[in-house]
Amino acid sequence: MTDRPDSTGVLTVPSVMPREGDPPITAELVEEHGLSPSEYDRVLEILGREPTFTELGVFSAMWSEHCGYKNSKRLLSLLPTTAPWVIQGPGENAGVIDIGDGLALAFKIESHNHPSAVEPYQGAATGVGGILRDVFTMGARPIAILDSLRFGDLDSGRVRYLFSGVVKGVGDYGNCVGIPNIGGEVFFDRGYEGNPIVNAMCLGLMKAEDLIKGEAEGVGNPLMVVGARTGRDGIHGATFASEELSEDSQARRPQVQVGDPFTEKLLLEASLELIKSGHITGIQDMGAAGITSSASEMAGRSGNGVEIDMELVPVREPGMTPYEILLSESQERMLVVAKSGSEKAVRDILAKWELEAEEIGRVTDDGLFRVREGDRVVAEIPSLPLTEGCPTYEREGIESEEIRELRCADLTRFNEVDDDQSETFLKLIASPNIASKRWLYGQYDTTVRTGTAVRPGGDAGVVRLRGTRRAVAATTDCNGRYVYLNPRSGTLAAVAEAARNLVCVGALPTAVTNNLNFGNPLKPHIYYQFRESVLAMAEACKLFETPVTGGNVSFYNETDGVAIYPTPVIGMVGVLEDVDHITRHAFQNEDDTIILLGDNTDELGASEYLYVMEGLVAGEPPSVDLLGERGLQHAVLAMIQDGLLNSAHDVSEGGLACALVESALGEGERRLGVQVTLRDALPVLPLLFGEAQGRVVVSCDPRSADEVLRHAKRHGVHGRAVGKVVPSDEGFRIDGRATSLEADIEILAELFFGAIPTLMDGAGPS
Amino acid sequence: MRVAIVTFPGSNCDYDLYKCIQLIGGAPEFRWHRDVELGEVDVVMLPGGFSYGDYLRAGAIATMSPIMDAVKDFAKAGGPIVGVCNGFQILCESGLLPGALLRNRSLLFASRDVLLRVENTSSIFTQEYEAGQILRMPIAHAEGNYHADEETLHRLEGEGRVLFRYTDAEGKAVDSANPNGSARSIAGILNEAGNVMGMMPHPERAVEPILGSEDGLGLFTALLSRFSPLETA
Repeated sequence: MTDRPDSTGVLTVPSVMPREGDPPITAELVEEHGLSPSEYDRVLEILGREPTFTELGVFSAMWSEHCGYKNSKRLLSLLPTTAPWVIQGPGENAGVIDIGDGLALAFKIESHNHPSAVEPYQGAATGVGGILRDVFTMGARPIAILDSLRFGDLDSGRVRYLFSGVVKGVGDYGNCVGIPNIGGEVFFDRGYEGNPIVNAMCLGLMKAEDLIKGEAEGVGNPLMVVGARTGRDGIHGATFASEELSEDSQARRPQVQVGDPFTEKLLLEASLELIKSGHITGIQDMGAAGITSSASEMAGRSGNGVEIDMELVPVREPGMTPYEILLSESQERMLVVAKSGSEKAVRDILAKWELEAEEIGRVTDDGLFRVREGDRVVAEIPSLPLTEGCPTYEREGIESEEIRELRCADLTRFNEVDDDQSETFLKLIASPNIASKRWLYGQYDTTVRTGTAVRPGGDAGVVRLRGTRRAVAATTDCNGRYVYLNPRSGTLAAVAEAARNLVCVGALPTAVTNNLNFGNPLKPHIYYQFRESVLAMAEACKLFETPVTGGNVSFYNETDGVAIYPTPVIGMVGVLEDVDHITRHAFQNEDDTIILLGDNTDELGASEYLYVMEGLVAGEPPSVDLLGERGLQHAVLAMIQDGLLNSAHDVSEGGLACALVESALGEGERRLGVQVTLRDALPVLPLLFGEAQGRVVVSCDPRSADEVLRHAKRHGVHGRAVGKVVPSDEGFRIDGRATSLEADIEILAELFFGAIPTLMDGAGPS
Repeated sequence: MRVAIVTFPGSNCDYDLYKCIQLIGGAPEFRWHRDVELGEVDVVMLPGGFSYGDYLRAGAIATMSPIMDAVKDFAKAGGPIVGVCNGFQILCESGLLPGALLRNRSLLFASRDVLLRVENTSSIFTQEYEAGQILRMPIAHAEGNYHADEETLHRLEGEGRVLFRYTDAEGKAVDSANPNGSARSIAGILNEAGNVMGMMPHPERAVEPILGSEDGLGLFTALLSRFSPLETA
């Protein structure tokens, strides 16, 4: 790079000129850039002239679904986003909440579905990299990662390749940077066969006063690009993420970014040091749409303009055009607004971490996003219309007739089954959706930073906050099958389950980040799913007082025209007032009383039972009673805070029988047996394997059982002692009125812990 | 006890070691890999992580860091050195400990708690443990498969320089308890002079009940007992 003389003083800005070799702007080129004719008209209106090729690229990225939220913005505005403890709501790199003791928690979830579908390792790795940067650019040190994954069935070689590649990508990146993975979820269903879901969530801790934003403040302040150099990778990644997948998508592999966690670790340390140093006024990750989005968004948020020169950007290879530099999604880069005069100090901090910082432009007062290539101006666009002026749409939404029929399927025949369900039981335990996910989180560092108090495998991950009595908990949840069959109740269930999981570890649910993974919103039945889901999420988040502080929308999750199950992943965080409240899902002591909170029902629709045994995704998913849920959660939290419970575990996929197995086996080292008697007058299958919502299995000292039941009653929750924990050699036994289920604990353990390793045997990451 | 914790670019357990030394009442100090002097310290610790991104080979590039000359001099002068995980890899790569750490047998990163049997209680690092005591602590590595030629292994065993071995709960070094394929289930070793040790499991992650184990404490308190805890800068 050659240093250009500082161009302060009176400037005469030359007018925008196309570059030599730029293709002419034709209707085809506009369409290739994903802009509709009416959107292009809007571009013409904003500019008052025809855009240059470079400007077309900029609009294409900023008005892509990924950056512009054009089909989601209107509905998303209905979500609750405020509460007294919310410091930063949606619109920044990450949401931030006050968690007491002067501490704040920054957190966010983000998808990397499309890249992971064509290049699982890099796709997943860079997904983790991006979400870490979103959090540390707020001034927070990342303290935990969660991953929420969906794949097709593991009997497909391609799916095993995707699964192992994604897990290795998530693991390698987080392990190398040194951020513990504390939980998440993985779900397998043919509905995700061609289009896996890879969502990564990050939590970061900071002092409330250290918050810094992605704003271009202070006219004349220098803009500096820091971190890795810009290359030709990931160009138009944002636009790629806004299209359906097809066979041709494999050719998109060059659009997948390549991650370098080692550089990320250095960038993390350098960024936090920069923020602490007071030499900068704003910082923003260069994520989707790279320099374009970071520079224009920083300008847009502050109401200022920016002028940047592409000749000053450090590049990996010569001959890159402004178009390529602007749209590159090379990883591990940040855009920083330094205080005027602090340029050297910024460079010195970066140099300590063996990274570069180059001045590429300045904050201006003209409200324009101006891009130079030396003396030539190649783009000049009003910032605010560029970042906020993307046309937004409310689409037509109609339920798919086909899905409606599936939901209304007659399942009554399942009420007339053999009373002995032992074989079914063992098959369910070995289903990858119920079996232990140790194969996966055994590849993630879960204990680095010495803060992890509850590791993956429980209902939620917990990180203690050093120097306080407090801890934070986090979980991700969504059963896409439920949402597919009924977007409204399925989404209510996702929010309710996330909150229930947090309560089970002893945390008060506090706030939400969401990742809305859907198909093509231009299709009425997809938009229907999206609308119903967002409306339900708004309702549930309001009731649970868990505002949504940010998140991500991922549309166009379709392969050859077939959409994934709609999957609105709820990433929820909660706060534990005292680490002594930390509660685990595993039974702790022989002779402890097992108490079931909540009602068993005859619901069997959308269950894992139907999928595993009948290959069916059908029926009405379990109903959700939000007020009942809230009562249940308050009850469990009160019991935990009164020190009454020895374990608490949410009942979810596979129903009560499977939940009891999970509590009996724990992490496998100290297995216990179970003797339970159920007196409900219910058909056998829903009783054992139905996934009725609003249920928690708790255990306590027999002397505390009455007190636990009194707590339940006080909160209007149906609670009853159903049995006790026994030594493992006494086995696992559930007696119902018409059925009894019996199994050897060692056999259950072998199936539960061995299922996924057996399926993945010899299919390790290459 | 003044402890120098050496941070390489990519180290990520430096802070954990720092907190651990503070917890037991020692005085930790960070040293940057570009420093050329360790200063007046009693113990040197090389933390876990991914120095230089594990590029080339885990620990290989770190051996070229300026600070390593001082670390070698410190070792030669008999100063106690502890290398954990990537620190162990660096010690092997730099020749301060024999052998090498290969990729795990599974070819996968391995993160879980393991059980270790204490094999030697006379070293300055393990004197607070009992012979045969079973310790629980986490591992988190992709390259922890300890390997050395037969003669070296024979010498390590014969000279009591195997400090820890992966075992089951009964203390048996069975194959199923070996998380990475290490030769003779070796989890940690000592140099010939008895002042440099390396281990793959993370004792600094097992120092408080809330972390699931306190079994790592003994290693640090053993060192502390040799130096005045209040001897700080």
